[in-house]
Amino acid sequence: MLCDICNQNEATVHLTEIVNEQVTELHLCEQCAQQKSMQMEQQFGLSDLLAGLADSDKLIAAPEKITAKCLNCNLTYKDFKKIGRLGCSECYVYFKKYLTPLLKRIHGSNIHAGKTPQKSALVTKVKKKALSVFELKEKLQQAIASEEFEQAATIRDQIRELEKKQKNGTKDEEGCE
Amino acid sequence: MMLNDLLNRTSEWLKGEGPLSDIVISSRLRLARNIEKLPFPHWASKEKEEEILNIILDATKILDQFKDALFLKLDELDSVDKQFLVERHLMSHEFALRSSHKGLVLTSDEVVSLMINEEDHIRLQVMQSGFNLDGAWKIIDEIDTVLSKKLNFAYMPDLGFLTACPTNAGTGMRGSVMLHLPALVMTKQINRILAAVAKLSFNVRGLYGEGTQASGNFFQISNQVSLGHAEDDIIENIKSVIRQIADQEAAARANLMGSHQQMLNDRIFRAFGILENARIISSNETIELLSMVRLGLDVGLIKDIDKKLVNDLFIFTQPAHLQKMSSKKLTPTERDAIRASLIRKKLLNK
Repeated sequence: MLCDICNQNEATVHLTEIVNEQVTELHLCEQCAQQKSMQMEQQFGLSDLLAGLADSDKLIAAPEKITAKCLNCNLTYKDFKKIGRLGCSECYVYFKKYLTPLLKRIHGSNIHAGKTPQKSALVTKVKKKALSVFELKEKLQQAIASEEFEQAATIRDQIRELEKKQKNGTKDEEGCE
Repeated sequence: MMLNDLLNRTSEWLKGEGPLSDIVISSRLRLARNIEKLPFPHWASKEKEEEILNIILDATKILDQFKDALFLKLDELDSVDKQFLVERHLMSHEFALRSSHKGLVLTSDEVVSLMINEEDHIRLQVMQSGFNLDGAWKIIDEIDTVLSKKLNFAYMPDLGFLTACPTNAGTGMRGSVMLHLPALVMTKQINRILAAVAKLSFNVRGLYGEGTQASGNFFQISNQVSLGHAEDDIIENIKSVIRQIADQEAAARANLMGSHQQMLNDRIFRAFGILENARIISSNETIELLSMVRLGLDVGLIKDIDKKLVNDLFIFTQPAHLQKMSSKKLTPTERDAIRASLIRKKLLNK
């Protein structure tokens, strides 16, 4: 079978395109296939999609007027919209107010709930304790509401102990730094 | 270890072992990581990119997990070598295209690979055969933790790990599972199921990831969302979706075996017949036909062939594998003939 585009070389790449549920098949030689794939990349890419998402945000009145720039890597917000990639980790700091709603739109959330790298592990340890004090306090409220006073007293003692530990813990960590 | 040593081995993703391996081919996790403040690869100067490459290579060389790993700089590889690594799912296609100042670290069992200066500074990947995301997480978590002690990873407590593209921020994790779903394709249920999966924020892709068409009834399913959920929640989500699809495939296979066994038997043995007799065969046709033979093995209609032989054929009939085995560049037409003769030889010597 000869290539559908140049009609000269043997077709070795078989491409199926589905546009609006219309299926078209193309049989191409290697050279024409490469050109075709470059064309397709140029037509529409992830960067267009991302830029579209960022633009559609109502919080940002006129996206073309955003002049924000990352002072660490010199990437501007306009660059980001064009290429769909940020320039460095500091861009997340400089563009935070634009990126937070964008992240929310992509992921349905903008609050990380996963792993913490080793170098900042101390921070989460303290956070976790604080969370469990909070949880205990909630439990305490429930116990009081249902008049289980004995249980409430136990929870109260647990909270006191945990808070005491946390205070000491924080001091120790501050001492380390 | 040398790159050519891989040529004699079945890669991890097609070993055909592990839980549910009659339907789930392989499970893969990848983490995207970057070094604080250094420009992302696409935005870095050549000098900066080389510097980043060396920083990461130095950090990985002292890791226990990479004791007998292969450390490669991509611009030192020729195009066949690069394609060979893509075919073994050890690096992405895009990565192979732009190769200056890029690196690849590879453990000898091909379970762990680490791409340096892909879209992010680090793309760490762990592959397990069968349905084993938990196993993959155990390995990748450990390596990531050790690396995070040596390198200052870009991270913010509220946004998590920071990545070049905001679609990967947060956990930086993407889990993908390769499924073999011939019965769902044959019974024309596949589109309905894949459409439902896509609605749940999962991506469906072909055999070679991004932008590839599904061939030979292979489908790759991966999570879209990487921020807002903990890693184990993301993994549990993928697992529950995969389990349901696998159940559907198993039911479709049982149905075909029950009420359409003659038709199924015919299709499987026709595929087998072509593979045993073809003199010219494309890689696409090979995958389609091998898919049928694999189904025959899985449902017990073919008994006298080793499953490993079929899995090996999936890998060794790919273009770069054929060229490496012949030790020369081959035109597509030459490849089709060599491919056909390799398949005949393997199947007749079974």
